[in-house]
Amino acid sequence: MNELPLLSALVAVPLIGAVVVASIRRENADAARWTALGFSGLVALIAAFVAIGFDYAAGAPWLQFTESYAWVEAWDLNLSWGVDGIALLMVLLTVGLTPIAMLAAWRDLDAVKRSVPAFFALILALEAAMLATFLASNVLLFYFFFEAMLVPMYFLIGSYGTGAKKQYAAVKFFLYSLLGGLFMLVAVIALWVNNGGVFDWQTLVDTEAMADGTLQNWLFLGFFIAFAIKAPFFPFHTWLPDAGGAAPAAVAALLVGVMDKIGTFAILRYCLPLFPDATQTFAPWIIGMSVIGVVYAAFVAIGQTDLKRLVAYTSIAHFGFIGLGIFAFTQASATGAVLYMFNHGLATGLLFIVVGFLAIRRGSAQIADYGGAAKTLPVLAGIFLFAGLASLSLPGTAPFISEFLVLFGAFTGNEPVAVVATLGIILAAAYVIWMYQRTMQGDRNPALDKMPAMKRDLTLREKALVAPLVIAILGFGFFPQPLIDTVEPAVDNTLLFISGEPGDLPAAEGVTNE
Amino acid sequence: MNEAQQAGLQIDWAGLAPMIIVFVAAFAGLLVEATVLKARRLVVQVSLAVLALAAAFAAVVMNAGKNSAAFEIEGVGIGSVVLDGPGLFLQGTLAVLAIIAVLLLAERRTTRGGDFVAEAAVVADSAADRAQRREPGATEIFPLTLFAVGGMMMFVTAGDLLTMFVALEMLSLPLYLLCGLAKRRRLISQEAALKYFLLGAFASAFYVYGMAMLYGFAGTVDLAGINQAGTDSGQPRMFLYIGVAMIAVAMLFKAAAVPFHMWTPDVYTGAPTPVTALMAACVKVAAFGGLLRVFNVGLASSAWDWHLILTVIAVATMLGGAIFAVTQRNIKRLLAYSSIANAGYLLIGVIALGEAVGQTMFYLAAYGFTVIAAFAVVSLVRDGDEEATHLARWAGLGKKSPGTAVVVTILMLALAGLPFTSGFTAKFSLFSAALQADELGLVIVGVISSAILAFPYLKVVVLLWLNEPAPDAPTVNLPSPMAGTVVAAGVAATLVLGVAPGFLLDIVDQASIFLNT
Repeated sequence: MNELPLLSALVAVPLIGAVVVASIRRENADAARWTALGFSGLVALIAAFVAIGFDYAAGAPWLQFTESYAWVEAWDLNLSWGVDGIALLMVLLTVGLTPIAMLAAWRDLDAVKRSVPAFFALILALEAAMLATFLASNVLLFYFFFEAMLVPMYFLIGSYGTGAKKQYAAVKFFLYSLLGGLFMLVAVIALWVNNGGVFDWQTLVDTEAMADGTLQNWLFLGFFIAFAIKAPFFPFHTWLPDAGGAAPAAVAALLVGVMDKIGTFAILRYCLPLFPDATQTFAPWIIGMSVIGVVYAAFVAIGQTDLKRLVAYTSIAHFGFIGLGIFAFTQASATGAVLYMFNHGLATGLLFIVVGFLAIRRGSAQIADYGGAAKTLPVLAGIFLFAGLASLSLPGTAPFISEFLVLFGAFTGNEPVAVVATLGIILAAAYVIWMYQRTMQGDRNPALDKMPAMKRDLTLREKALVAPLVIAILGFGFFPQPLIDTVEPAVDNTLLFISGEPGDLPAAEGVTNE
Repeated sequence: MNEAQQAGLQIDWAGLAPMIIVFVAAFAGLLVEATVLKARRLVVQVSLAVLALAAAFAAVVMNAGKNSAAFEIEGVGIGSVVLDGPGLFLQGTLAVLAIIAVLLLAERRTTRGGDFVAEAAVVADSAADRAQRREPGATEIFPLTLFAVGGMMMFVTAGDLLTMFVALEMLSLPLYLLCGLAKRRRLISQEAALKYFLLGAFASAFYVYGMAMLYGFAGTVDLAGINQAGTDSGQPRMFLYIGVAMIAVAMLFKAAAVPFHMWTPDVYTGAPTPVTALMAACVKVAAFGGLLRVFNVGLASSAWDWHLILTVIAVATMLGGAIFAVTQRNIKRLLAYSSIANAGYLLIGVIALGEAVGQTMFYLAAYGFTVIAAFAVVSLVRDGDEEATHLARWAGLGKKSPGTAVVVTILMLALAGLPFTSGFTAKFSLFSAALQADELGLVIVGVISSAILAFPYLKVVVLLWLNEPAPDAPTVNLPSPMAGTVVAAGVAATLVLGVAPGFLLDIVDQASIFLNT
């Protein structure tokens, strides 16, 4: 399967697209929209080829489709790409959500005088950077894109966001992430210095070039803080409600749906295999943080008055579940955590997009500005309820499977924790149902009748873009097996490091395209 | 001369060629002032300076690989001028950065007659001063710049303290003058010049006293000899301590390290912006070139004695520069404090000694290009004839002049150390060298300082893109090809060194060994 550099193409095509779209003149807004959509469609097509060619068998090489091109030899920095089952799922999520987010934001900029080409170019640049972080198999290369990703997101929030606090939110997001990234940078350098100048992930894993004792603990913390801020885990979460609240809804869907998964993805890809002892040392603390996060964020979500901030807080609760799943170290819980990452992207992405539909109609995301809205917007209200129920993990929707697996896996390892975390499910029902009730049901807010937009139900474009998400949530709710089969080999490989038997790893695909 | 020949003195003229070219061109520039018609002087002076610096650069390249003293008596080097890897690399860097700075000095289109005053001796804000505002600026600035650059080239290759002192004065005196030549806000400019001169004179005095102490300790001013004495000398070690401390004060003053940084914001703000660019880029290179040589060649054997105090200074410089930068409202002051913080990072490279010489030089080159471009952009954004240096005036620049705003954004992200810019590659290589030298604590402070410093840089980006422009927003004056070249070269170097740093990393790797270490 190595004939075509598909993974390079996955990074290069959106990047080229960003440059092309950015060079379109401001006046030709429609040309920019369609070009951007075309590029993101092309990326999705390439990703589909990767998914088709991927070897799902249990003994298959861990990283597949590997490519490697020399870049800066003095640092062992290579353009090395590779994909495993976890990364594949994340890539599919990214390439799927990006065009949907573009469609969702299709007309959002009509009201404000902002450059449409720049907006879509930034989304494509963001897509390229996010894909690169999932595909990179070189620690420094990963770091490059991990940090570079901040720039397009910063402008998307700060320049195209809504609300008075958008600049504050953008700066907070940037500085928080940068601070975490710099701690990771120290750890990256220290890892490099202590391993004789190796950055290649496969080599690091094969040679088990792990630092010992104290140093490993510090390196783990350096990486983990960066990822915990990115995810974000409690108590590193305070930037997310601001950023999610200020970002345009479609961008928030990408921010929470995909970008935050890079944090949890990177924990699985880097923290566990490279620092297994430290991972186990800190696991009880992280599980504790996760469980606090689940309950705390759910309570805070109940009290929110702004829809986007509310959804952001629900996500923090969900990230607690993901953290619990990863650090419980059972196959079921870790598989569940990875599925959670994927399903949460679908459900919360949908929720953010629907909130965006509401906000653009009403001109506000404040819950108090709604009330009884379902009367004139029956379809929108239905989708809203569906997205809400999916995000509270109703059986029959995809997130149920993942939440069940996480709790099931955690329960076999650590009963009290699982019991406390289960509280999160109840609280989730509370914030979702109450949110729906206050906005869609009950006494109709008289102000809504004065707004013609609030009587316009979903347009064809809006229906078309939510349809794939609804189908995916339902489809994977009833048939989760393909997802489980995709991630299980990679999860098993990762967990071998925790059980101390990395010798059982499948042989690496020893071919590089140099 | 005869005696010297009898003694077998051999002089490596080719090795001295870069300095000779620059100094000869500087004297020729003085003659141009006396002979060429006023209307043609600018063209002649600029071409002379650029050609001389380019020739000096070519001469440096021809010397590449040399590792010897320029003056030898019967095959034994006497250390006054040392041609080794670091010295030659820094000379080359200085030549290139100086070419860029000269082009910026020559900019005349953004404001009528350029940024420099015609007659500096005229009383500020008097009637005569107002009258000369329409006249083109003095062209003596070019020979002055050449003298300063020649001094810097000598400073980074000086192998004994005495030569180094001559070079220090040589590079400082023209700069004191240049600082006072701003056409706008003359009083501030003159204040800057006086402040720089007085404090610089203090620093020089410290240097001379320090040199005397070290001579007392080692019996020689030769750096290699002092190093030898660090282990052998029977003199009281107190001489060494006092000597190192005083020399360090003088050099850290030039490098703008806390607590010797007080002059930096005022002088950077008061000096004409092209001169500020010259100082921020070239003087930094020279000062750290000197520091690297003194500490690596002369004081490596006494590393234990100065390690702690230099570490304290580095920490104070990194944190002080970053924290003060946060509150700045003036772009030139912001860049001044950022330059202080960067001096702190570079000090890490000095403290790490031999492990980090190459990486420190890489940082100097990378930072020099970025900062010169940053000051070049500052000189383009204008309220009428005056530079709009207050940050509030930059609000919404992205709407009216997106090109300039993109350039500033790239430069700010580079200074903040984002990947794909030279700021990242420079920090990465410097910090990794420091970790190899077991300076974990300093690296962590460096990282914290970088994170703090990212905030003011980001504030500029926010202002550019996310704020609405004021109705009377400043205009970005279209630069002449010269200032345009400066900006383009700086941004190009920032990006190239960020994306493909390999070639320069190889060069500094080969050029990182001092003679006599």
